[in-house]
Amino acid sequence: MDVVINGEHKQVTSGATLGELLKELELDPRAVVVEHNRKIVRRAGLSDVTIAEGDTIELVHFVGGG
Amino acid sequence: MTTAVETIQDTPLVIGGRTFQSRLLVGTGKYPDMETMVRAIEASGAEVVTVAVRRVNLDRTKDSSVLHYLDPKHVFLLANTAGCYTAADAIRYARLAREAGFNDFVKLEVIGDEETLLPDVQGLLESAKVLVQEGFKVLAYTNEDLVTALRLEDAGCAAVMPLASPIGSGLGLLNPLSIRTIKRRLHVPVIVDAGVGTASDACVTMEQGVDGILMNTAIAAAQDPVAMAHAMRLATIAGRAAYLAGRMPRREVAMPSSPTKGMLD
Repeated sequence: MDVVINGEHKQVTSGATLGELLKELELDPRAVVVEHNRKIVRRAGLSDVTIAEGDTIELVHFVGGG
Repeated sequence: MTTAVETIQDTPLVIGGRTFQSRLLVGTGKYPDMETMVRAIEASGAEVVTVAVRRVNLDRTKDSSVLHYLDPKHVFLLANTAGCYTAADAIRYARLAREAGFNDFVKLEVIGDEETLLPDVQGLLESAKVLVQEGFKVLAYTNEDLVTALRLEDAGCAAVMPLASPIGSGLGLLNPLSIRTIKRRLHVPVIVDAGVGTASDACVTMEQGVDGILMNTAIAAAQDPVAMAHAMRLATIAGRAAYLAGRMPRREVAMPSSPTKGMLD
């Protein structure tokens, strides 16, 4: 199914959770903050949220800045 | 014997209940490489380092997370809302930053103009109020306007951060009087943020009596960032020490330093 991750259309396995998505993308959940349809999802709850067709997901972290 | 240094009675910098020994705060952007950044931060002696919140690079060709190079046990990570042009965006970025789980401090920036990167004080006040309500320790990046600084303090900000000159300009302290006025009138720490170009700028800024100074480009864009970080460390200490020492009054006429009596006929 089609979802938008960080502004890009991506294909994700139907019924996958946010936790599974991070695993698939090889991202360490401790180093990433997840926003799902504009709502922040706590690290502990990542495996409780199932992704649906058309969802918007933002994966952010800290980069160099002033 | 008492040395000159021992006569300086200074208190540590306390922001939002956290105590810091260094009055120099530094950014982590624009370095030629991450190794130079790490060495420059070390040379600066800064304890507080700012970071930005950005999307993870999904193609994984390069790992851009600053946390691969900085140990949050050794530095205090101050997330910023740089790049945000509305109160809503700044609030969104601040919430994301807090979720990273390090602390509830945020360097709040709401930019109002692309060319000058000057702050949108209306959006700043609006977002500051919301974030303070949500328990954030807000360090608000603002212009050198006293009334805005007072409003930010009233809104519950943990520190107010007026600019020396526009972000990344390196023009130094353009309005010392306004900075002194803000420092005199506020009770929360005043940290001058942005515009410093070289060590003398940092020194002059600290001589105004402000509690600290935050800089990024002046160090990162120097020809030798590590050496400049060292210079900034010394300049910050020197400026603070000079402020505490209390400068001599200015005079518009000369006064001899040597005795006028005892001259030969």
